[in-house]
Amino acid sequence: MSLQTAHPGKPRVAVHKFSSCDGCQLSFLNLGEALLTLAERIDLVHFAEAGPLDPDTGVDVAFVEGSVSTPEDLERIQHIRAHSGLLIAIGACATSGGIQGLRNQAKGAEWVAQIYSHPEAIASLERSTPISSHVKVDFELWGCPVSGPQMLAVVNARLLGVAPRDNVDKVCTECKRQGYPCVMVTHGIACMGQVTRAGCGALCPSLGRDCYGCYGPAENANTDALAMQFGHLGLTPEAIVRRFQSINSQAPVFLAAANKLRTGSHD
Amino acid sequence: MLSSQSDRAGFLPLAQLPSLLAQLRERGYQCLGPTVEQGAIVMREIEPPEDLPRGIQAEQTPGRYRLTSDPLNRYFAWSSGPQAIKPHTFAPKESLWRVERDETGSLQFAAVHPPVVRQAIIGVRACDLAALALQDAHFLREGRRDAHYAQRRDHLFLIAVQCAQPASTCFCASTGDGPTPTAGYDLALAELADGFVAVAGSDQGQAVLDDLNLAWATSQQIEAARQQGASAAAAQTRSLPGRHLRDSLMSRLEHPRWDEVAARCLACGNCTAVCPTCFCHAEADTPALDGAASEHERIWDSCFGEAHGHLHGFNVRADIRGRYRQWLTHKLATWHDQFGRSGCVGCGRCIAWCPVGIDLTEEVAALTEGQP
Repeated sequence: MSLQTAHPGKPRVAVHKFSSCDGCQLSFLNLGEALLTLAERIDLVHFAEAGPLDPDTGVDVAFVEGSVSTPEDLERIQHIRAHSGLLIAIGACATSGGIQGLRNQAKGAEWVAQIYSHPEAIASLERSTPISSHVKVDFELWGCPVSGPQMLAVVNARLLGVAPRDNVDKVCTECKRQGYPCVMVTHGIACMGQVTRAGCGALCPSLGRDCYGCYGPAENANTDALAMQFGHLGLTPEAIVRRFQSINSQAPVFLAAANKLRTGSHD
Repeated sequence: MLSSQSDRAGFLPLAQLPSLLAQLRERGYQCLGPTVEQGAIVMREIEPPEDLPRGIQAEQTPGRYRLTSDPLNRYFAWSSGPQAIKPHTFAPKESLWRVERDETGSLQFAAVHPPVVRQAIIGVRACDLAALALQDAHFLREGRRDAHYAQRRDHLFLIAVQCAQPASTCFCASTGDGPTPTAGYDLALAELADGFVAVAGSDQGQAVLDDLNLAWATSQQIEAARQQGASAAAAQTRSLPGRHLRDSLMSRLEHPRWDEVAARCLACGNCTAVCPTCFCHAEADTPALDGAASEHERIWDSCFGEAHGHLHGFNVRADIRGRYRQWLTHKLATWHDQFGRSGCVGCGRCIAWCPVGIDLTEEVAALTEGQP
């Protein structure tokens, strides 16, 4: 196993955007110098935020930001899948449907009619869905936004010809390694870290804030136990539902937790 | 008398506390001590002028930690903080070695050593010292001495302070590890209203005491310190059974209580991170972006995580029940086989810092109910 590029020639990489805020692309851009180092080892053929535009070309690695939210998205994701080696979904929108997935629980068409004078000009699907609902996804990077170092690690793993490392542990593991006292234990605030996937470096708890779950569900997320503890901390059932119905509202584990609370079946 | 090893105790007046720290700095130690950070007492570097927090208590119940005020305005009334000595000896994250490709294209491996820092920690508790002895047994065992741990351990100066105000989560008296330090320190202090009864537990500690030119502690002061320790032990309301729990627990691996606790457990691993004796870690490589080097890192890991139980093709502890059971039975049962004693020193951190307040002593009582 060589430490140098496992495949001769530079891999071709594209960064595609679907329904999203561009924040994950910006995380990539914000890498600065590291991105320049990387640019010597890959060919960035399509990355609208950075300049290169060639959305239809075939690539070795395609990063996909955003959720599938419009009829046009439905066709475009199939085209990208067909022309990409590895397809990597990045960010909450691409992995769970994103903040716009909140509309899945609402009557979207009625809203559009109330807000726009020409609702027929709006072409939105009824539901906002993750990339994996439409095509095979090779790897998912969760987060809102994803962290730049995570993206680099994925590209680097590809360059080395190894599988990218996944981290499905809870945010608590990162909090404790960095020595931040638990905000829920010291301040009684409802922190989602115990059910949320690591990767952010415990950013919010580092500032004394509660985690709000933007990295999506961790493995073995015991949402029942956490919801019960939130109740003990004084949150109303509606407030607990909102904790789970935020950035990753459509992630199955968070959605199930919220639905259970809504129907009052939580014991 | 704080220790059977020491026969002469000095008395350090409150006003002379800064001179103790100054002595240590003169000897080249970085001084760490209690500091209030994000609502908790954590060990951070104290720089002159030494403004150690005073009059702070830490009220601790399952899943809850709150700083409150101490009516007696003492320096060390806060029982225990979120971490013991562990992060200062077993680093949460560090590089062990590095590999680089040289000009000829061959790989060069090199050990990465942490910088040598002489650290003095003031405010170490008896339970923390007992836990450190267990970490030593693991990391410094014959023939398998961990260089990174050893380097930090060798440069540590420990000032223990008797715990006069245990939290409701403390149960060190029942495990035999506190609240009065008896071994493993360089200096041990017992805080009285006007100063500290001070004894040395090592040659370095004695040298520091000698240089402070303290008056001898009076027999009344020594008796007051002893009484204080006895009252602190008597004030503890939680306990673990004094007997060896190995057989009781290992014969109850299918007890329904494991399912019941698994329903409450978040598998967040916080109990293992705050436990001063837990030593599990993971190792991973981080290749540099230019492809010319790679760093091999060790990070704290937990038996509550998915990867920890992952073997080739399957996971030995896929569910929370299996993870909680692994933690508890290792800590209290199989630890005896490995280290000749239980892995619990009664600090109660796993109880206070569990976000849902799972109480280890309560779980053990339920699991071993009806057993002799």
